[in-house]
Amino acid sequence: MNKTINQKAWYFVIPVFILVAFNAAIPLMTVVNYSFQETFGNNVFAWEGTRWFKQILLSERFHAALGRQIAFTFIILLIQIPLGIAIALTMPKKGWGVPVCLILMSMPLLIPWNVVGAMWNIFALPDIGFLGHSLNALGFDYNFTQQPGDAWFTTILMDVWHWTSLVVLLSYAGLNSIQPAYYQAAEIDGASRWATFRYIELPKMKKVLTLAILLRFMDSFMIYTEPFVLTGGGPGNTTAFLSIDLVKMALGQFDLGPAAAMSLIYFFIVLLVCWVFYNLMMKNEAQS
Amino acid sequence: MAKITLKDLSHSYLEKQNNNSDWALRDVNIDWKDGGAYALLGPSGCGKTTLLNIVSGLLKPTKGRVLFDDKDMTSFSPVERDIAQIFQFPVIYDTMSVYDNLAFPLKNRGLSDSEVASKVREIAGMLELTSTLNNRASGLTADGKQKISLGRGLVRSDVNVIMFDEPLTVIDPHLKWVLRSKLKELHQKINRTMIYVTHDQTEALTFADQVVVMHEGQIVQTGTPVELFEKPKHTFVGHFIGSPGMNILPCEIKNGEISFSGQKIQSHKAVKKSNFSKTQIGIRPEFINFSKDGIPVKIKRVSNTGRHKIVDTVCDEGNIKILSNASTEIPSGSAHITFNQKYTYVYGDSWIIE
Repeated sequence: MNKTINQKAWYFVIPVFILVAFNAAIPLMTVVNYSFQETFGNNVFAWEGTRWFKQILLSERFHAALGRQIAFTFIILLIQIPLGIAIALTMPKKGWGVPVCLILMSMPLLIPWNVVGAMWNIFALPDIGFLGHSLNALGFDYNFTQQPGDAWFTTILMDVWHWTSLVVLLSYAGLNSIQPAYYQAAEIDGASRWATFRYIELPKMKKVLTLAILLRFMDSFMIYTEPFVLTGGGPGNTTAFLSIDLVKMALGQFDLGPAAAMSLIYFFIVLLVCWVFYNLMMKNEAQS
Repeated sequence: MAKITLKDLSHSYLEKQNNNSDWALRDVNIDWKDGGAYALLGPSGCGKTTLLNIVSGLLKPTKGRVLFDDKDMTSFSPVERDIAQIFQFPVIYDTMSVYDNLAFPLKNRGLSDSEVASKVREIAGMLELTSTLNNRASGLTADGKQKISLGRGLVRSDVNVIMFDEPLTVIDPHLKWVLRSKLKELHQKINRTMIYVTHDQTEALTFADQVVVMHEGQIVQTGTPVELFEKPKHTFVGHFIGSPGMNILPCEIKNGEISFSGQKIQSHKAVKKSNFSKTQIGIRPEFINFSKDGIPVKIKRVSNTGRHKIVDTVCDEGNIKILSNASTEIPSGSAHITFNQKYTYVYGDSWIIE
């Protein structure tokens, strides 16, 4: 077959090119611009080279925020993924229970982030909130506005409440795509419930679970609104995750250079983790 | 190893049954001898998979009993029944190697590693899977995967019965022959009861000693391939088996005389009863000859398949297909035909009159 070479076809890419330029490349380049320079306003810039990057990478404040962020993401993944799979496994596969479960599961996902934060703030207030008041009435010394442990507990509980449904819905879709013959074969082969899960359900859910983990990793790693409304990053800095810290630096202190450098490092970490994770999960798929 | 008896089996997927069409299976009675090769043959939706799943224990029948060696197994699970079943689409454990797939049913039953290894190697040898034992099962082709499914069914030596649910549907035509003869060979080697479900008459007739033909949830005939061909007990069997199928033509019976298209017809046996709402004669295209006198027909089309000629003719009462040798001279235009009396049957309300 002879291919016609016609470079004019590139013109068709122009609309996409312009769109991407305006919504991604140009804003990103502004950040890149800030990250290498110092500015005092009035559009006066001074070249600083890699100074801000070095400063951020060596700063204890960044290390602490990154540590908190990794801990938070790790904990919520550890809870949400197994819990989501477990709930999906117990959900009915037919009958009137299906729409009821699906609607109940979708509800938390439809609530805006800041509303979730505000809801949980009121819900968890130690004096008037249902959760906070009940815990104190039961004899627990609970106050998320003052005790870091309680603040973490509440933030994690809120995120689990808000986002486990996503894992449930994805897992449920994965489970429903398994042909009945697989379960019948497992039954005939004498497989235990655990073996059926381990060798049939889990492998068949691999793709949706990869997606679920990726989505939950990205969202939780970039979490901002909910903890901002719930705890404001406090008490102290104990729940100031990367985004909260970044906003404090950029808008609170107006340290645009370091904030830009931090944004780029932040962006790079998310990209790298997703890329490595996705490739590890899909390695075997490509072979087969 | 066991003989299998199905007693008065009926099954419905509905909670309430109002008429016959609500039943997926109706009044099924079967005796399957130990070590036999059987086929369940019928079109899609005739209830053959339902019947198979009842035998394997995946379904509990609405009515009736399943006996293995005269022991009632109706409420037993597939594991307790100790059966193997191979499904229409290859079912493999994606994350396991071919070896682990074949070993899985054995390991679940607590066999020692050395026993597992020797059995897996034996069955892999029979199915020519030895060279791929260490590969990941998900990387195999469709027929390779189906071989693994077959292997998992055949690897246990203690099973009561091995059931195949249209196992060659996804296999390439040229490999179908190979796998089918492999199955036949395996049956002779391991001598276990095998039940083979299919809608393909060639598969059923080549695999089985006894074929059970099903139609709308009922068994219409059980017999050897030759019996089904030569003496169909139901017009459905005549029509479904054979290519082209049996000619089924309307006829009248009066005082023991059969008349078709104004001519008297002799059937294989004298017919006495005639109180049917519908009477038909059945004659296979193989058993019709051209002759000087007889039933007048018009020849519509002759198709030459190489070994045979299929002649489409039309008479007053409908179309008649005739199968002749390729060397036979076919008259053109009008002709007369006669039916071979030995293979001419009379059907009352679709069932043979004897």
